[in-house]
Amino acid sequence: MKLTLSGKFLSTAACVLMALSAPAMGVAGDTIKFGVAGPHSGDLASYGLPTVNAAKLVIDKVNANGGINGKKVEMLIEDDVCKPEISTNTATKLVSDGAEVVLGHICSGATIAAMPIYKNAGILVVSPSATSDELTLSGNYPNFFRTIAPNAAQSPAMIDFAVDKLGLTKIAIIHDKGDYGKPLAEGAKKHVEQKGKGEVVLFEGITPGAMDYSAIVQKIKQSGAQVVVFGGYHPEASKIVTIMKKKRLDTAFVSDDGVKDDTFIKVAGESAEGVYAAGPQDNSANPLAAEAKEAHKKAFGSDPGAFFEGAYAATVAMLNAIDKADSTKLEDLKKVLQSEKVDTPVGKINFNEKGDAIGVGFSMYVVEKGKYVVVK
Amino acid sequence: MDYFIELFFSGLTRGSIYALIALGYTMVYGIIGLINFAHGEIYMIGAFTSFIVATVLSIYGFPLLAIVIIAGIAAVVWSSSYGFTIEKIAYKPLRHAPRLSPLISAIGMSIFLQNYVLLAQTSDFLPFPTLIPDFPFMEPIAHIVGSTDLMILVTTVVVMIALTFVIKFTKIGKAMRATAQDRTMATLVGINVNNVISATFIVGSALAAVGGLLIASHIGQINFYIGFLAGIKAFTAAVLGGIGSIPGAVLGSLILGLTESFATGYVSSDYEDVFAFMLLVLILIFKPSGLLGKATNQKV
Repeated sequence: MKLTLSGKFLSTAACVLMALSAPAMGVAGDTIKFGVAGPHSGDLASYGLPTVNAAKLVIDKVNANGGINGKKVEMLIEDDVCKPEISTNTATKLVSDGAEVVLGHICSGATIAAMPIYKNAGILVVSPSATSDELTLSGNYPNFFRTIAPNAAQSPAMIDFAVDKLGLTKIAIIHDKGDYGKPLAEGAKKHVEQKGKGEVVLFEGITPGAMDYSAIVQKIKQSGAQVVVFGGYHPEASKIVTIMKKKRLDTAFVSDDGVKDDTFIKVAGESAEGVYAAGPQDNSANPLAAEAKEAHKKAFGSDPGAFFEGAYAATVAMLNAIDKADSTKLEDLKKVLQSEKVDTPVGKINFNEKGDAIGVGFSMYVVEKGKYVVVK
Repeated sequence: MDYFIELFFSGLTRGSIYALIALGYTMVYGIIGLINFAHGEIYMIGAFTSFIVATVLSIYGFPLLAIVIIAGIAAVVWSSSYGFTIEKIAYKPLRHAPRLSPLISAIGMSIFLQNYVLLAQTSDFLPFPTLIPDFPFMEPIAHIVGSTDLMILVTTVVVMIALTFVIKFTKIGKAMRATAQDRTMATLVGINVNNVISATFIVGSALAAVGGLLIASHIGQINFYIGFLAGIKAFTAAVLGGIGSIPGAVLGSLILGLTESFATGYVSSDYEDVFAFMLLVLILIFKPSGLLGKATNQKV
């Protein structure tokens, strides 16, 4: 079959296209455009989708109450698949679509890649989950804020837990060579050295996505480590704990908030039992957290996933700042974020000079009967 | 010494994993000189099919052996039909096109299949059921070589011997060799080249499906992306051993697996890939056709 493009066809098509695009142009300017970026598909989607849900819940609530200063909030959702090379496109798309603030990104590597684009555009970015030290502590990104504690706080939490609480001093530190896992592992190593208690018997990076980790597991065994401290994400962690179990190795496994995800338990199954993971602090005593969780159950019919509370808090803080400042200019928003405390599911928070939320830390969790529970 | 043996078996397992996939690459290359980049995806589809069938059967309470056999058969049939169809859709129309065209078509097919499974199934990692139980007689050496490792090793050896036998001594094997040597000549002596090529894709895909079932139950998790990395490593192994040669694919895979394992064990796992690819470069410098590959003159 041959398709002929006549002049008539083309002009009709052009008319249709114009008609379709006209309404979209009409509403521009009457809304606050709220970008949400993160992995919404791909193997790490379980980190990103709860953030979309959190933003949706808060924004629906705000819009139902008449919006902010008379303006409705409109969500622009873009997927970055957690990949640095894609997140730059995601950021460019959001900026050109007119996003005024952005909630995201989720993965540290993707966030670092996207930040220069937002910085040039002068857009406020608040992440519920990117823990890389560079984002705040380097001072390179004045427009970046986050509602999770930085790795610099997470590594010591993991090591202190392993050494002081579990009493295990021979430590094997393994990481995934990525932007998130490697600095975490390096921080852990440094902390062991400063602490003067405990000893790093093995420090290695593994190739993410490899088909089989039995060689590294044998090496862990050979090193005589009592505890494995892992910096990285859940797919690798679940492969390692599965192989450890198969090789009859019962070394303790302490990991980070990239592993504190229910997908890890689902995939690793029985091998996940007894695995420790640091995670965003336990907020179950906070009534706002319980309320947010209820709202999620009602709207989506399931328990919220990873970083939900942080994302909820970030959205509340951002919208509050826009409301108080009556502007979406970066300088005005920063002033409000840094000076005014706001009630969120992660506590009453404001942000320090660097952009880290004050009063947000880590709790340690352990897998018990297929669920993460807080270690008391 | 214990440590050496442990690493040796880790490497052997890893190598056999590569080998199960590399065999399909090398067979297709041997016959039509095409690097079938969609082969990793066939393996992934095999793993998904056995996952779905095994999950359904275990709900109905079938015994484990029956589950393994039925899931295996389903995966083989399903993957083979994919392999057959892919050849008909993506490669056959390009049989007389320049060599680059089917290669691009293969990459496109690979991307298509990945995204198809992503959309039709899920983006999440799925827990693969333990299809191979821990054999009691393996328990004393389970810390060195487990039951799934053993199954993978045995399957690889059996498959390699069976394939060699088929190609050396059966009628279809003879036809495959003839097609590989000279396609036009093979047609002239009455061989249905199209059928031979289809048969090659079916056999290669069936192997990938068996690999999918075994490897997934070894690793314990699958998602839509597993085929890509598996494909790259298996392809490397096939080139290392001499692409087009069946014992070469197995040898190359084992060498690759052992190199990675020993590099991890005695140097650092940070350099695992560095050593693997350094080896590839070295072998290609001194023996460009691979370890067991035949140096052939370029047919014009």
